[in-house]
Amino acid sequence: MEKRALFSNKLLPYMLLVPQLIITLVFFYWPASQALWQSFLLEDAFGLSSEFVGFENYRTLFQQPEYYRAMVTTAIFSSAVAVLALSCALLLATQADKKLKAAQAFKTFLIWPYAVAPAIAGVLWIFMFHPTLGTLARPIKATGVDWNPMLNANHAMLLLILSATWKQISYNFLFFLAGLQAIPKSVIEAAAIDGSGPIRRFWTIVFPLLSPTTFFLIVVNIVYVFFDTFGIIDAVTGGGPAGRTTTLVYKVYADGRLGGDLGGSAAQSVILMVIVIALTAVQFKFVERRVQY
Amino acid sequence: MMKKSFLAALAVGLATSTSAFAQTEIQWWHAMTGANNDVVNRLADEFNASQKDYKVVTSYKGQYADNMNAGIAAFRAGNAPHILQVFEVGTATMMGAKGAIKPVQEMMTEAGEKFDPKAYLPAITGYYSTAKGEMLSFPFNSSSMVMWINKDALKKAGIAEIPKTWPEVFEAGKKLKASGQTTCGFSNAWAPWALVEQFSAWHNVPMATKANGLDGFDTEMKFNSPLHVKFLQTLVDLQKDKTYDYSGRDSRSEGRFTSGECAIFLTSSGFYGNVKANAKFDFTSVPMPYYPDVTGAPQNSIIGGASLWVMGGKKPDEYKGVAKFFAFLSDTDRQARLHQESGYLPITKAAYEKTKASGFYEKNPVLQTPLLELTNKEPTENSRGLRFGNMVQIRDVVSEEIEAALAGQKPAKDALDSAVTRSNQILRQFERTVTK
Repeated sequence: MEKRALFSNKLLPYMLLVPQLIITLVFFYWPASQALWQSFLLEDAFGLSSEFVGFENYRTLFQQPEYYRAMVTTAIFSSAVAVLALSCALLLATQADKKLKAAQAFKTFLIWPYAVAPAIAGVLWIFMFHPTLGTLARPIKATGVDWNPMLNANHAMLLLILSATWKQISYNFLFFLAGLQAIPKSVIEAAAIDGSGPIRRFWTIVFPLLSPTTFFLIVVNIVYVFFDTFGIIDAVTGGGPAGRTTTLVYKVYADGRLGGDLGGSAAQSVILMVIVIALTAVQFKFVERRVQY
Repeated sequence: MMKKSFLAALAVGLATSTSAFAQTEIQWWHAMTGANNDVVNRLADEFNASQKDYKVVTSYKGQYADNMNAGIAAFRAGNAPHILQVFEVGTATMMGAKGAIKPVQEMMTEAGEKFDPKAYLPAITGYYSTAKGEMLSFPFNSSSMVMWINKDALKKAGIAEIPKTWPEVFEAGKKLKASGQTTCGFSNAWAPWALVEQFSAWHNVPMATKANGLDGFDTEMKFNSPLHVKFLQTLVDLQKDKTYDYSGRDSRSEGRFTSGECAIFLTSSGFYGNVKANAKFDFTSVPMPYYPDVTGAPQNSIIGGASLWVMGGKKPDEYKGVAKFFAFLSDTDRQARLHQESGYLPITKAAYEKTKASGFYEKNPVLQTPLLELTNKEPTENSRGLRFGNMVQIRDVVSEEIEAALAGQKPAKDALDSAVTRSNQILRQFERTVTK
């Protein structure tokens, strides 16, 4: 039997929803519709001349080989960051969940990096791995690797993945840890009595029971990589070398904010929005089915 | 309109509650930090103390791009500042926005302020003027590109004379590498500015048609000439053993010079303060190298830095105040002092002459290098300046293609051809958005 709250006044439930609806409209739908409208315009930065050009901004975009390259870059970057950030965080969380001395301090330290702003994280990493100034670049070079993220696209991408992952691990860690602590100890102990080892216990009991958390984190991580990483990219590589670390969101930022191409940038954000909506929908439709709440 | 400006004035009044109502306030938005921020504030204070009718109020709005975007956003919202500092690559965007800006020369004449365009150094004001020479914005902090030399390292490598030409630089780079004291022979910061923009002007070859865009927005890129290709291909070849070693599109790797890693380094003359503070070796700066077989080379260099734009739609009285302030900035003594203290280039001929006569350059030859370059010859249509719409994007495209060539992904010719094609697309797009 479903629980239902009954309102005698027909208007009251809507009135109660109004504040939330207004916030959603003002902060989400209104800017999104602005972006949509802007993407059909060709406009100078000052908004002095504005011309309705229909789908031209989109057509121009899809004629650029750079745009497709940015899509591929985004796919590589986001999957690498999501997989790495989730698996590292899960590993750390399972370790921190054990009965350790100073476990509390350990946990606190692991959460700290989340408080670092993306651009600052980028600067920290570039200081460590800058080909000539970086403190960690010297030992790498000493091993004979010609470390040069300024010209070698693979090095640049690696550096970017590491910095973006490092930033996100804390967040994932926090949720995994909470998820782990919510798993009833009795279930695990029962399995242990039945003779299953720690690894088997993890994969057959802990991991499935964590799946709601994992699913939530996958969605959040994808959104993070798609939208929140331009600060890191700007600080670490600036989209280079040769545009090989330019992701979709960085291109939106570079073309719109730095380049002043508002129409093209708006068209890109609309496409990005569609991609993320589609990705999230797919996740909810297919992945969520396998999640056990 | 009246209402809007009244509200704006009210907002300004509220923001700076100390203002007296008799004074007209002039808002100046800038992007200067550290010592340069002090220069801005001191200039405003001195101006405010020098007269009673106007008050210049300075606000820092973030870095160049942020400051420009803040100005644009404020204009769209109807409360732009009077003076907006814009970096040199934003020149075409500002100029294309007729109605949003007030040309400086027009404003000075209307305000009845004494103004002689010939008093200014043409290599500096040319960058911010129309093709006819009408000054659009007021140069504020200008620099140019020079070649920084680590004299100690050159001596150790057995290089007796500081190289003057590109072939000599290539040779010196090889010797420096061979002497084993540096991982990099020579390098540069600001890749597109150094390798394409300055290179073209210094060799008196066009970077684009229509006097590099000064004569019209229908300009087309031409920097894939045989000379440009030869130069880039040489760098690509030298990159293989790091005789030349790429240092990125911005100034973040300038530390390679001060740390002693790169003994020959092309970057802005504004690097001086940093070198003076951090270099633990004997250093100097010399004009950029050139190919001696190119007729007319070296020509003159072009400037970088930022200028002050006056925004449109303000009251005549406010423009009078801005004009007074610009006249105040142009004063010979003030310009000479600014130049000697901050390292910015002086914008008037008189200030340059005065500094020269004072014997200042004998003690500080490094500060004269950019001026020697800028005044080397009367600027031609290839060296007066650049005016490309969406230039930030164009610089990114040029950097991308240069990096692709240096990483060995494509030959220099293909990279430059592709950079030209892509830049032209950006130019055509901009041309359509310009207010007719």
